[in-house]
Amino acid sequence: MSDTSRSPRVDMRRSPLGRARGLGAAHSGSATWWAHTLSSIALVPLTLWFICGMVRMVGASRDDVVAWLSRPLPLVLMLVLLLMTFHHMKLGLETVVEDYIHQPVARLTMLLSIKAVTLLLGLACIVSVLRIGL
Amino acid sequence: MVEFALPRNSKIGTGKTFKAPAGTKRVREFKIYRWNPDDGQNPRLDTFEIDMDRCGPMVLDALIKIKNEIDPSLTFRRSCREGICGSCAMNIDGGNTLACLKPIEDVKGAIKIHPLPHMPVVKDLIPDLTQAYAQLHSVQPWLQADTAPPPDGERLQSKEERAKLDGLWECILCFCCSTSCPSYWWNGDRYLGPAALLQAYRWIADSRDEKTGERLDALEDPFKLYRCHTIMNCTDTCPKNLNPAKAIGEIKQLIAERAM
Repeated sequence: MSDTSRSPRVDMRRSPLGRARGLGAAHSGSATWWAHTLSSIALVPLTLWFICGMVRMVGASRDDVVAWLSRPLPLVLMLVLLLMTFHHMKLGLETVVEDYIHQPVARLTMLLSIKAVTLLLGLACIVSVLRIGL
Repeated sequence: MVEFALPRNSKIGTGKTFKAPAGTKRVREFKIYRWNPDDGQNPRLDTFEIDMDRCGPMVLDALIKIKNEIDPSLTFRRSCREGICGSCAMNIDGGNTLACLKPIEDVKGAIKIHPLPHMPVVKDLIPDLTQAYAQLHSVQPWLQADTAPPPDGERLQSKEERAKLDGLWECILCFCCSTSCPSYWWNGDRYLGPAALLQAYRWIADSRDEKTGERLDALEDPFKLYRCHTIMNCTDTCPKNLNPAKAIGEIKQLIAERAM
């Protein structure tokens, strides 16, 4: 979408109804909204669990932390926490760009960068945790 | 990129001041946005001092008094003066509301009046609502059913079915809600806005309508519907005390439900 098409003073021959209908409905968005909502709910207990876990680890040695993370439950919860955090982060940042960035090239570049960066950071964290925990 | 500052030709300057007559006891100051498309000038805020002993209690009373007695060029929409036509929607004291329902005494200090935010201005306090009306049109806010109505009467609803329309049918289409919504400000060309979405839900919730699925299909879109981020300005500002944010939430819930 170009900047000029956003101006009500441009393209006036096209009827207002035609402009309101635009390209029609994309028939998507529901899954994203649901994922955003569910991940935010899941992150409340997961983040509290993580903070409690870290507070309990204050002063612990590296071996203590490795031993803790090697137990199945903390390892699984840690992986879920990372998945949820990075997925939520991706959806949130994409929403910010969709809301505020209207220049098409900048918009696409930023949306793709967000996907790439969150995927790479998320995978890096997950691989790190797995290397410690397995 | 979203523009966070007004363009140079939209910056608001200081306008004229119309003093109250000498000896006036109860004076209130009204600062009113003025813009004339024909004079090539920037918008300005004119100041009118009003004698409250000779003015009705509502902001609309003051606007009509100014137009009648001080400056006949002041331009605004009004009709019913009792909160049912939606014509006199404007931004008063920083919030969108109907001038006819807003008591002057509810505002502390000078009463600042601007047109509804983020819409093209036609003149003074009159916004161009063409786009908002077209968006309303696009949700097809009328009854659609394949079943023919009973030959001997109207389409009937149970009391429970009718009750689901309460809080929806009362909308007077003043567009206070849509023009208070930041998502509508930034993406008003694609996001339908709370007013049109409340109307869309009014027909989705109507037991007599048979196009519920098609209506949900037409709304399931990252921009038309899901630009709503539950900011709740719409519900906060509605002069009829309706809850567009809840109506939008119901639409989202129905779309999620039909996929489960």
